[in-house]
Amino acid sequence: MMELLGIPPQVLFGQLLLGLINGSFYALLSLGLAVIFGMLNVINFAHGAQYMLGAFAAWMLLKFAGINYWVALVLAPVLVGLIGVVLEKLMLSRLYKLDHLYGLLLTFGLALIIEGMFRHWYGVSGQPYPIPQALAGGHNLGFMFLPTYRGWVVAVSLVVCFGTWFMIERTRLGAYLRAATENPVLVQAFGINVPVMITATYGFGVALAGLAGVLAAPIYQVNPLMGSHLIIVVFAVVVIGGMGSILGAVLTGFMLGILEGFTKVFYPEASNIVIFVVMAVVLLIKPAGLFGREK
Amino acid sequence: MLKQIMTGTALAALSVGFAAAANAQGAVSDGRIKIGVLNDRSGIYADVAGEGSAVAARMAAEEFGNAIDGAPIEIVVADHQNKADIAANVTRQWIDREQVDVIADVPNSAAALAVQEITRDKNRIFLMSGPGSSRLTGDACSPTGIHWTYDNHALAAGTARALTEEGKNTWYFITADYAFGHSLEEETTAVVKELGGQVLGSVRHPLGNSDFSSFLLQAQGSGSQVIGLANAGNDTTNAIKQANEFGITQAGQTLAGMLLFISDVNALGLNAAQGLVATTGFYWDMDEDTRAWSAKYQEKTGSKPTMVQAGVYSSVKHYLKAVQAAKTDEAKAVVSKMHELPIQDMFAKNGKILSNGRMVHDMYLARVKAPSESKGPWDYYEIVSTIPGDQAYLDAAASGCKIAQK
Repeated sequence: MMELLGIPPQVLFGQLLLGLINGSFYALLSLGLAVIFGMLNVINFAHGAQYMLGAFAAWMLLKFAGINYWVALVLAPVLVGLIGVVLEKLMLSRLYKLDHLYGLLLTFGLALIIEGMFRHWYGVSGQPYPIPQALAGGHNLGFMFLPTYRGWVVAVSLVVCFGTWFMIERTRLGAYLRAATENPVLVQAFGINVPVMITATYGFGVALAGLAGVLAAPIYQVNPLMGSHLIIVVFAVVVIGGMGSILGAVLTGFMLGILEGFTKVFYPEASNIVIFVVMAVVLLIKPAGLFGREK
Repeated sequence: MLKQIMTGTALAALSVGFAAAANAQGAVSDGRIKIGVLNDRSGIYADVAGEGSAVAARMAAEEFGNAIDGAPIEIVVADHQNKADIAANVTRQWIDREQVDVIADVPNSAAALAVQEITRDKNRIFLMSGPGSSRLTGDACSPTGIHWTYDNHALAAGTARALTEEGKNTWYFITADYAFGHSLEEETTAVVKELGGQVLGSVRHPLGNSDFSSFLLQAQGSGSQVIGLANAGNDTTNAIKQANEFGITQAGQTLAGMLLFISDVNALGLNAAQGLVATTGFYWDMDEDTRAWSAKYQEKTGSKPTMVQAGVYSSVKHYLKAVQAAKTDEAKAVVSKMHELPIQDMFAKNGKILSNGRMVHDMYLARVKAPSESKGPWDYYEIVSTIPGDQAYLDAAASGCKIAQK
């Protein structure tokens, strides 16, 4: 049998595909972080908790209201996004004049509180959330068995990532947003309501985290700790991609997912640190990140 | 400042002196019996042990009216966060400054091994319910350490034996990369090989991993008949859930959760967990006694106890009985009473403590019910067979424990 780098090709392709799937979560989450950082200059440490909220929202909608996955896919991110809007209005908006360390500390504190509450209420074992009937099962690709649901995750992630990138980089609304981050006073003078736009942006970024949470619910247990496991990795992804760069966040997300998949084949024990090794190297060579602009 | 430190040191020295004097008299030191429940209260083993273990310990204390011969029983708790260094620090602080007499639970073998060292040095009793490593009664045994609920050897002896004897004799392991996982893999490998089976390989994953798809794919690629999950808690539930997703069991491979707690089954739901085979030291629905105690426990916590939590109750209760009988809380005297007294409660019928500190009691092989077989919440296991204690556990001479061989 033909072997590549000492492993059978089907294993290699399998791992590549799995990397791509994990990468879609990284991409979706780092996208939200990048949008929030790029537009608001807030390092949103609550992103992991908001991802967890998305998963819990889907679970609660199913358990207490019998609302199925498809509706939850829309409704849960909206709910989580609304929570984001409230947080922004009540708390974050008061901190914009200060150093962005304050935003980081506030959101970090919020994350601890939210996760602590859910841990207290629901324990750490997690809650089951079934894969929707229409996406159950899978396909034999010859080199691996691909669960339909995972394929769906990749598709949703690609569509959402591209859509967000398009909206920010190619539409009039996006142009306003970018202008507002450069010079809010001037944009306000043109009659555009900048504070509302900022609130909406934060809400949107948080909703993206919520969406990732709903997508993750059927794969992982719906678990209060799910966000804190992921958030550090996602931050590394954003740093490697370049803080605030939308394209950087998305591409790096997918790339690092794949890299992690490879590591799991060659040296599995290192799979949870390989991303940080890359981060250290990138920071040394290109401190602004792969796709970031030097300021 | 200097003065304060000096006074502090002097006071500490004095109190140690008093404690020693009290010990020498053979009464309860410092007038109270202090039990420290040390476990993971916030991380991946918080549902397996956590606050539930503290509740179980309190239930044991209540049966003694929270006092023995006028000396109040006090229960303190701490979170070791699954870190051996934190476990060691808390243990030292408890023993040196707070006169804690006995430390209970300590899931996570790495943390338990650290606590075992300190309690051995400082002559305090250590009642292990949570950890699995067989080293705790093997090369790392202690005259004052008693391993209560289960250990990796018993898990392997139960699950691996049952499956291998069914003819499923090629294995591949997905192993948590720390002391507990390594030991569980070794123990299981030994049983599989002893019965003529074969281990085709293994892959090690970091503790607290969320995505198992890569590892499952490698296990699938190995073509083994059984995939042994040498991990615990959320690692196990995630692996099982994702194995379902990848159609691994449907394709004919058997999944063996080497350590599966009832809280894991509850979290997975019977749909995902049905058919799994597990070895357990306790199941709430065994008989009248277990049902009665578990109902009381459920009133306080909202869930049925895991074997770890039930084991904490049983070990603390036996300890208190021994203190009562020995009329002292001096470690050596209490341990020898614990060895002497019969162990007979809702958890263990006719348990006995071996010279290496292993509490031997019957283990059970359970199969997880299908949703259609389950009559209600927490009705999860069908007990397939009882594994007599002597078969489940190594005898002291074979354990590699130096004190036992003397």
